[in-house]
Amino acid sequence: MKLAKTLYLEKLTVTFDGFKALDSLSLYVDPGELLCVIGPNGAGKTTMMDVITGKTRPDSGTVWFGRAIDLLALTEPEIAQAGIGRKFQKPSVFEFLTVFDNLELALAGDKSFWKALVARLTPAQRERIDKVLETTGLTSLRDMQAKVLSHGQKQWLEIGMLLMQEPELLLVDEPVAGMTPHETERTAELLVSLAGEHSVVVVEHDMDFVRSIARRVTVLHEGRVLAQGSMDAVQSDPRVIEVYLGT
Amino acid sequence: MTRGGLVFLSVVATVGIVVPLLNLAVPPTSPLHLSAYGVTLIGKYLCYATLALAVDLVWGYCGILSLGHAAFFALGGYAMGMYLMRQIGRRGVYGHPVLPDFMVFLNWTELPWFWHGFDRLWFALAMVVLAPALVAFVFGWLAFRSRVTGVYLSIITQALTYALMLAFFRNDMGFGGNNGFTDFKDIAGFDLQRDSTRAVLFFASAFALAASYWICRSIADSRAGRVIHAIRDAENRARFLGYRVESYKLWVFVVSAAMAGVAGALYVPQVGIINPGEFAPINSIEAVIWVAVGGRGTLVGAAAGAVMVNYAKTYLTGAFPEVWLYALGGMFVLVTLFLPRGLAGLLPSVERK
Amino acid sequence: MICALGGQRLRWLLLAVVLASPVAGVRLAAQAADGIFLASLGELREASFADKEAIAERIIAAGHPRVRAVLTALLEDRLYNRTADNKIFIVKTTEGDLPAYALVDPVSGADAGESPPDALAKIGSNNRLRRSLRTSLARFGLSSQDPAVRLGAIQDMLRSLDEPTVVLLRERKAVETDAGVQMAIDTGLAMADLDATDTAVRLAAIERLSSRLGSDVRNRLATLVEQSPDGTFVEPDAAVRAAGAKALSRIDSHRAIYSAVETLFFGLSLGSVLVLIAIGLAITFGVMGVINMAHGELMMLGAYTTYVVQVAMPRHQDASILVAIPAAFITAGAVGVLIERTIIRFLYGRPLETLLATFGLSLVLQQLVRSMFSALNRSVATPSWMSGTLQFNEALGITYNRLYIVLFTLIVFSLLLVVLKRTRLGLDIRAVSQNRAMARAMGVRSDRVDAMTFGLGAGIAGVAGVALSQLTNVGPNLGQAYIIDSFMVVVFGGVGNLWGTLIGGMSLGIVNKLLEPYSGAVLAKIFVLVALILFIQRRPRGLFPQTGRAAESQ
Repeated sequence: MKLAKTLYLEKLTVTFDGFKALDSLSLYVDPGELLCVIGPNGAGKTTMMDVITGKTRPDSGTVWFGRAIDLLALTEPEIAQAGIGRKFQKPSVFEFLTVFDNLELALAGDKSFWKALVARLTPAQRERIDKVLETTGLTSLRDMQAKVLSHGQKQWLEIGMLLMQEPELLLVDEPVAGMTPHETERTAELLVSLAGEHSVVVVEHDMDFVRSIARRVTVLHEGRVLAQGSMDAVQSDPRVIEVYLGT
Repeated sequence: MTRGGLVFLSVVATVGIVVPLLNLAVPPTSPLHLSAYGVTLIGKYLCYATLALAVDLVWGYCGILSLGHAAFFALGGYAMGMYLMRQIGRRGVYGHPVLPDFMVFLNWTELPWFWHGFDRLWFALAMVVLAPALVAFVFGWLAFRSRVTGVYLSIITQALTYALMLAFFRNDMGFGGNNGFTDFKDIAGFDLQRDSTRAVLFFASAFALAASYWICRSIADSRAGRVIHAIRDAENRARFLGYRVESYKLWVFVVSAAMAGVAGALYVPQVGIINPGEFAPINSIEAVIWVAVGGRGTLVGAAAGAVMVNYAKTYLTGAFPEVWLYALGGMFVLVTLFLPRGLAGLLPSVERK
Repeated sequence: MICALGGQRLRWLLLAVVLASPVAGVRLAAQAADGIFLASLGELREASFADKEAIAERIIAAGHPRVRAVLTALLEDRLYNRTADNKIFIVKTTEGDLPAYALVDPVSGADAGESPPDALAKIGSNNRLRRSLRTSLARFGLSSQDPAVRLGAIQDMLRSLDEPTVVLLRERKAVETDAGVQMAIDTGLAMADLDATDTAVRLAAIERLSSRLGSDVRNRLATLVEQSPDGTFVEPDAAVRAAGAKALSRIDSHRAIYSAVETLFFGLSLGSVLVLIAIGLAITFGVMGVINMAHGELMMLGAYTTYVVQVAMPRHQDASILVAIPAAFITAGAVGVLIERTIIRFLYGRPLETLLATFGLSLVLQQLVRSMFSALNRSVATPSWMSGTLQFNEALGITYNRLYIVLFTLIVFSLLLVVLKRTRLGLDIRAVSQNRAMARAMGVRSDRVDAMTFGLGAGIAGVAGVALSQLTNVGPNLGQAYIIDSFMVVVFGGVGNLWGTLIGGMSLGIVNKLLEPYSGAVLAKIFVLVALILFIQRRPRGLFPQTGRAAESQ
């Protein structure tokens, strides 16, 4: 019996002013998988993410989240509610709130004004925050203003905020850009630990990083899938070398 | 509740009790005696301090620079004024049992529909809160929903208070025209000229100030307060997290307007008059300078700023009237250039929450 | 005694008497006439209004040379009786709070000293008397050399067409040379014909009148088709009524068109003032993101500059305004540059703080002007070449000052466009407003550009003040009255480009004037404000929003 996939992208085409950002792209994500998407600039990686989260509408094609949810029929906030979390390249956390507060604000649940006015953290919620703090390695920075965090720590905080929403699918856009090698390593550990419980799609340029985390790698080029497979298979693929990796 | 907050509340409580005592219990011959004028003056300051808290709530915490908040103060004042006018009854110049003097003067024969109910105190008090809240709700809903922000929003709030001023100046609106309401006799049966009534109103003003502080602090310390803080810092990020930013701004705006209305309602019986000049744009802008001088985002600073600046105004307009406008204008320039955090910013221990 | 004189001397005496007698006779006659004149004037003192009318008629019939002056004085409430000696005097003027009125002898026209007002009793008049006086005086006007005076006299006469007036008109018609006056005489005669008994004459009169546009003609025709409360018509003949109704509707529709044109013009005039005021603001906000709350005060400075220039050039009133324009530009512009260098410069990127600081500045500037010039309003005289009205026809008259202001605005606007599109400064300004960092990388000295931009905006505000000085009194609060309006124009038009301000300002002016007849000026303003708040809903950035990264960061 075939297991349902987490994400079905089929024959997606997106054109901007005559330029084909996505050209009949088809891609699948298995549940609990950690998939890396690589490709040269302009290959369509960010556009693909935009389509998934609802920021951009494709000209044609379908996007399904699980078997039942048609993402093209939902608005951006609804897609976020449905369980897809996206982390952007630039970390944007609330600088003047503490790490704990940032995570508290990201809690899933009713976000209306009056509820928030009287809301008190339940022990369960508190535990959840602590757990995420642990996962992202930020426990010691719990009560520090987000402002003082390093670049890498801010990225982890953001991932943590995503986790608070209990997403099923995580889209992570260039997480290690600007990180120190040590931070990069920690991020790799973090993402790997998240796979399984969540499905994770990572877009990256840093090849070493990709190698350290990826089981499956997909290469995009000019809006379509060029090659797929393990890191070794992809790196030795002549088409890929010609287009991209030929160093 | 921060330490500063506790200090503030105790100061307000003390003032609320001591000042009326200095007027009522201390004999007039003693140097410690506070005249009725003094009680009224400090009562005014307390009302202004409450208005400052309202402005700080939307500006210091939510980042909305409202240049029309005195309009809500005035609306609350007018609601109270309507009640007081109806209380005059036969004791007015024209002796009409129902119609206030200005209506008789305009040859009106019956009370306009919106005056009904204002002969009862509970109704008037309800309107004191509801009228500004309603105006704020409509205005805020229109403005925030269309994502008007920053200077555009501030200009629109100016336009709002200006339009209200023009409207209330008209004699045919039914709000007393350019004379407004005055010559009040009593409130809830108590003669407004008596020192004991004054003392009660004073205490009520102090209580309102303390209550407003408590409300603002509660909002700021709650999760909603953290969301508002987040909205001020990175609105789009907050929206992305799923928070209805417009809804938060709207409710804070409405609560703040109601607070300002209450302040206005306590102001009017103490000073004995309300006229459309209260809607003038400059009043709202003065309220902003109180908060800027004291320190926005600190609540206590805003209240203190209101008292300090108004004290300076009372002193200067009495002693050197020419100087006051220079001083006020200068305050704006100097505070924005050199004291962006206000005077509270000079205190190292003040936490900007 | 005659026997005592010699024959020779007697002849000289007789000759002297004979020669002197005509002169004496004339003098005597003149004195007698003066006496009657004075006596008639004296009668005015105690007479009722009806009697006064009769006395006035008598005085006119007597034909004393000073009749005109005296009756004009009576008409203008300047004929007084001195209670002490019951003598009648003409007072030169009663305007202002004068401690004493200057008196003129009614008979001789010479100055006759002064008197405190409470020693005098005015000889009053009522509407009817004034009407009759006007008509009588109009008859005098008929024989004036100046066609304008004649025209005015005839228009006065049209208000009360009685037999003698009609006769006068017919007489005048025969000798009148001026075309405009001829037409007025024709109108008058036609209106008189409306009362004729012959239906054909009445119909012909209606025909002649149907091409007139004046309100007096229109109202007269309206009475033709009027119905009295008991159902009968004022005009008995049905055909005449029909013709009258047709003519009336024709006149009304024409008048409506002209009225619309006039409203449009007023709207354009108001709009052009709004444009002038707002355009400086749009520049500073568009380029620098600075909302300058002192903008109104910069306008006020320009207006005061106009006043000062006028006071400094008392003998060259007509030229003073032309001198004032560059003077105001420079003054306001210099103050603008000063403000920018000392205050605005430190507040970049903080628009709300700039708003507050400039507001403080506006208070200081207002107070400064109050201390230097006093808080009272000053009026600036209109130069002669800007006064008067361009009268197209009876229904449409456009005042020159407003016309010039509209033209002036267009000129300023075009100049500004030229500066921005064709000069180096303009290029720098546009570069800095679109991408400051890039411009600086290209070597543009952005701080200098900022100062010049602000100075430019301020200078234009000063020039707007010159225009305002022609429309209203100049006082320290001038800026406050218009600042909200200028913000509204900027918010409505968007800060994208100058065209937005032009279109936005003109539209707001026209809409305001369109609403005024229905709601009054104040309510019209309130409507516009509320409509703007609603408009912002649909287009939060105005009609022509600014695009680009700089705008996104607002």
